[in-house]
Amino acid sequence: MKKIDYAKVDWQDETLWLVRGKRDRLAKALPEWEALRDAASRIKLYSNSHLPELLEQFETRAIANGAVVHWAKDAAEYRQIIGDLLTSHGVRHFVKSKSMLSEECGLRPYLESLGIETVETDLGERIIQLLGSRPSHIVLPAIHVKREEVGALFEKEMGTEPGNSDPTYLTHAARRNLREHFLHADAAMTGANFAVASTGEIVVCTNEGNADMGTSIPPLQIAAFGIDKIVPDRESLGVFTRLLARTATGQPITTYTTHYSAPRKGSEFHIVIVDNGRSSILADREHFRLLNCLRCGGCMNTCPVYRRIGGYAYSYFIPGPVGINLGMQADPKKHKGNLSACTLCHSCSVLCPAKVDLADQIYRSRQHYATSARKKLISKGMTFVMNEPWRLNAALGVAPLGMRVLKGLGFSWGKGRAFPDIPSPKKTKR
Amino acid sequence: MKVALFVPCYVRAVAPQVMDACRKLLQHFGIEAETPPGQTCCGQPMGNAGYEANAEHLKQRFTRIFEHYDTIVAPSSSCVTFVRDRYGDTFKGRIYEFCEFLHDVVKPASLPGEFPHKVSLHNSCHGTRLLSLASPSEQNIPYFNKLRDLLSLKAGVEVVECERPDECCGFGGLFSVEESQISIKMGQDKVRRHLATGAEFITAADSSCLMHQQGIIDRQKLPIRTIHLLEILAAGL
Repeated sequence: MKKIDYAKVDWQDETLWLVRGKRDRLAKALPEWEALRDAASRIKLYSNSHLPELLEQFETRAIANGAVVHWAKDAAEYRQIIGDLLTSHGVRHFVKSKSMLSEECGLRPYLESLGIETVETDLGERIIQLLGSRPSHIVLPAIHVKREEVGALFEKEMGTEPGNSDPTYLTHAARRNLREHFLHADAAMTGANFAVASTGEIVVCTNEGNADMGTSIPPLQIAAFGIDKIVPDRESLGVFTRLLARTATGQPITTYTTHYSAPRKGSEFHIVIVDNGRSSILADREHFRLLNCLRCGGCMNTCPVYRRIGGYAYSYFIPGPVGINLGMQADPKKHKGNLSACTLCHSCSVLCPAKVDLADQIYRSRQHYATSARKKLISKGMTFVMNEPWRLNAALGVAPLGMRVLKGLGFSWGKGRAFPDIPSPKKTKR
Repeated sequence: MKVALFVPCYVRAVAPQVMDACRKLLQHFGIEAETPPGQTCCGQPMGNAGYEANAEHLKQRFTRIFEHYDTIVAPSSSCVTFVRDRYGDTFKGRIYEFCEFLHDVVKPASLPGEFPHKVSLHNSCHGTRLLSLASPSEQNIPYFNKLRDLLSLKAGVEVVECERPDECCGFGGLFSVEESQISIKMGQDKVRRHLATGAEFITAADSSCLMHQQGIIDRQKLPIRTIHLLEILAAGL
């Protein structure tokens, strides 16, 4: 068993709990909060069951706005489309803001293999890129990194003062460093929080404004989104923007909510619409509600297991309750081990702004995929005993002595927890 | 009124005194109680572990034993939820968690006896989020807590709730075995928060959460004890 750094576990748990606390205060300040969640869930169920119409409507509007629309059925097509766009435009320096879709599809390594310098411009994601690591949270990718570690990293990468880990100082250093990249970029890319069918707009919610900075200069802009990001119109968009930042980071709204519709004068705007397995999720009776997910990360902040083990304990690149479920959709054999990282406390399901039945989905996946031989053995043993009352009676007859023997031999229910006392059975009153 | 007592297997094994408390309370309120023979397990632990299909025989046994009763009560949120949700419609609307039954059906105005102690109320996950015994902290709905309401009927008892009042204690059925390190860490955090309230007891409607936390208390020799909520309500009856 790996040795656990309990101080770091507590630090991470407290940090994420603070975010959950901020979310709670804002959620409880809106009398219509639960009605908003209901509306969000219903709009998502509507849009995900009307994808052909809404996506085509989006495409028509986007083309009318002057954008070029591409369709990618999987990660390979997504990479190819973007790679071809960049090479055909002679792009050498490329800036991109955070996009979980690009992580999902392995965009950065692919572009680097083509010799295109790719710079992440969101601060957290930039830290992760410089560390050569992967995000441990979908909204707060570097939440597990302490500021002292950032100080040491920036000292090496940007020549900041040795030992200075003042957040303001480090942010200014990152800003200076990123500005150089913004000024010299040949192309810029964003993901999308939402795509509005009725207007053909891409909506990007950020706090730093770096996505906007990146897309303001170069002659080529790309935006890519998964088909589940579609919302019918601006009215429904309002429901989601009210829920998103409140749940994700405990802010009423993100600092910047940018609507991209048309290319800037003299530039090109390309939009890539990606499936990559989403339509199979939609076809899955037990899991289609996963497509309701807004990628707010709220389920991570509230998950008592995630807060303690952190994102790297999961095999899939998206951790926490939604990551457990998305991993099972992507490759169940590879990611079934994550199913054990859940007590079925249902906090995620009750908190989710779009009402994804996260805990129930974990329960259902457990029925199809076993996570450990030990659990299987215990479960089968229990079933055997319980199938006949006389077996249960016999087991309970020997249990008090058995437990005393186990305790006497120094066994425990895991390190740090004693076995329960089992009282001697008495005649049950009938 | 007549009810059938469903005796959860783990309650029978580790906390049989809770069933005595159930019977005393029912008797006090003049409710005829029957404990149908041949009970073993409803299949909930197998289901949560991923082996609900193996529990088919158990479900058939449970259905055979209980299907002819109008009202079934059991002191366990997880087991009651499982039977309510995983047995089709067979038991919907007629199976109750014991505290839920007391609060919603019996609606007692008073209880004799006293329990002159400070207790920290543990709001279990399934009780809170699946059975609505209390308002979940995640939701923007008016505060309510049926367990606190019941405790308020007992003279002398002072009820407090700890920080993060409905965060999971980390038991989670076979989670406690499969992921025992995390389970224990969660349990230690939970017990620490209960301790910080200055309470003498941790109380809950679920013996499973209490068994897990008592294991932590015993190992660390902490100055707090667990007691089932129904034992408090039945004190002096």
